Amino acid sequence: MSGVEKVYGGTGLSASQVEDGSIFVEHDALDCEYTWDAGVAIGRYLQELKNGRIIGRECDECRRILVPPRMFCEICWRPNDRWVYVKDTGTVNTFSICYVNWDASRIEPGHPPHLPAVIELDGATKMIGIMHILGEVDPQAIKIGMKVKAVWKPEEERTGAITDIKYFKPY
Amino acid sequence: MRKVAVVGAGMTKFVRRALETPKELSFEATKAALDSCEMKLEDIECVAHGSAPDAFDGIHQKGEYLADGCGGWNKPTMRVFNGGATGVHAVCHGWYHVASGMFDTCLVVCEEKMSNAMPHAQGFFLTIFDHITERPLYPNLLWIFAMEMNRYMEAYGYTKEDMAIAGALIKNHALNHPAAQLTEKVTVEDILNSEPMAYPVYRLDVSPVSDGAVAVVLASEKVARRLTDKPVWIEGVGWNVDTSYWTNKDLYYPRYLEVAAKMAYDMAGIREPHKEINIAEPYDPFNYKALHHMEGLQLSPRGKTVELLRDGHFDLDGEIPMCPSGGLLGVGNPIAAAGTVKIAELFYQLRGEAGKRQVPGDPRLGVAHAWGDLMQASSVVVMGK
Repeated sequence: MSGVEKVYGGTGLSASQVEDGSIFVEHDALDCEYTWDAGVAIGRYLQELKNGRIIGRECDECRRILVPPRMFCEICWRPNDRWVYVKDTGTVNTFSICYVNWDASRIEPGHPPHLPAVIELDGATKMIGIMHILGEVDPQAIKIGMKVKAVWKPEEERTGAITDIKYFKPY
Repeated sequence: MRKVAVVGAGMTKFVRRALETPKELSFEATKAALDSCEMKLEDIECVAHGSAPDAFDGIHQKGEYLADGCGGWNKPTMRVFNGGATGVHAVCHGWYHVASGMFDTCLVVCEEKMSNAMPHAQGFFLTIFDHITERPLYPNLLWIFAMEMNRYMEAYGYTKEDMAIAGALIKNHALNHPAAQLTEKVTVEDILNSEPMAYPVYRLDVSPVSDGAVAVVLASEKVARRLTDKPVWIEGVGWNVDTSYWTNKDLYYPRYLEVAAKMAYDMAGIREPHKEINIAEPYDPFNYKALHHMEGLQLSPRGKTVELLRDGHFDLDGEIPMCPSGGLLGVGNPIAAAGTVKIAELFYQLRGEAGKRQVPGDPRLGVAHAWGDLMQASSVVVMGK
């Protein structure tokens, strides 16, 4: 008796075999639609983004100020205690210079790279950050620890969305 | 709890796009696992099944859909799923079916067919992000792993070359794996000169996209001893999940993995894993992840891992060989199945049946790990002979 497998199933195909019709395939494009309720915490967060401010929630037990806000603390497992405004400035905790779009296609030649970052917000607890993108910066000059500030859309263009902040730029 | 052994393992080849359907891949791997220990499906009492997001297949409730291929007809069959951590977690899941005394035999089958999703499976990962606070920024997985890699390198002053050394080490092990997707040698320079995708991640820092399936057979002690004189015991299992607020923690260290690993080591009676573990199969979808996870698995001191890597500590003939299978980086990364390859590898290694990949020195104890979701979930299995 041996534990070693002898035969490997699985047949590799080339892209051309899929495209030239030499094997049978079925194609469909599913179109899923949703309307998500923002909820209690994120509802207020979005309202404040529309106002040009960033708000978090404070937990009196672990003393953390949490952004994005939630109505309960996942560590202390209790309702947390109050709304707290944090600043729209912060520090780059980490970042990437990305040449790939969300669907794995490559960015157009000449298009600037995507610059995602985790930004620790001033006024929130150390290590409490949000994901956003950087702008008005030379990608090669981005450093962990860099101070950045939110660049907001004009008030009349804000809709109550994370994209009401266009990007964060060095200051 | 009863002792549980792995008594058989089987898999398909890992390929970019397989002719076979998910059910057919599952059947091939399951059949190979049963054949490896000369068992028939009628000898199997239950099926533990793992497969990652339904979105890849475009078929909802795919646990039940795949069950026929997994040998699940007319049996207690249940799917587990926690993203990339599924492949090892499904073995934890199978373990408690048998350890509990409820069943004497259990098939664990993990399958993934990434190629169904068009134009690229990556697009579906957009939907794992928070739908209100993150998705409007159009993130992808490369973004967040690049940011974790950047944070990890920054914390200890590791370089891209350091990460590439780990990548080349692992990828080239796969040249000796008969089911591997990678078939050509890769050098550190190849990795460093590959296409920048999301700095610091370059094309060859990442595992390939794959279709494939892996199955293992678990048995209680009395059945295992009847079946084989070389059972490989599951000595410990552990799993853990961290917060989904991934921007609210420091990514340089996977604390949730430490907790999962300690759970498994405690069960196995291991006090000093870095001295007791002979083989490590950390989850390695990116080259930095292998090193990051060696630290989380308590197999390498934080910040000293690159030094040990460069000293050959993790080579096939080193103190703790790292990913002798060739890992996700080399064998391939069909999400759920990728973790189960690591279980199969420990099975072969601890029986001395790993061929050219065999770790020398009669290894007795190994650890397999899988990881997933928003840098959040880990599952760990310790195996020994």
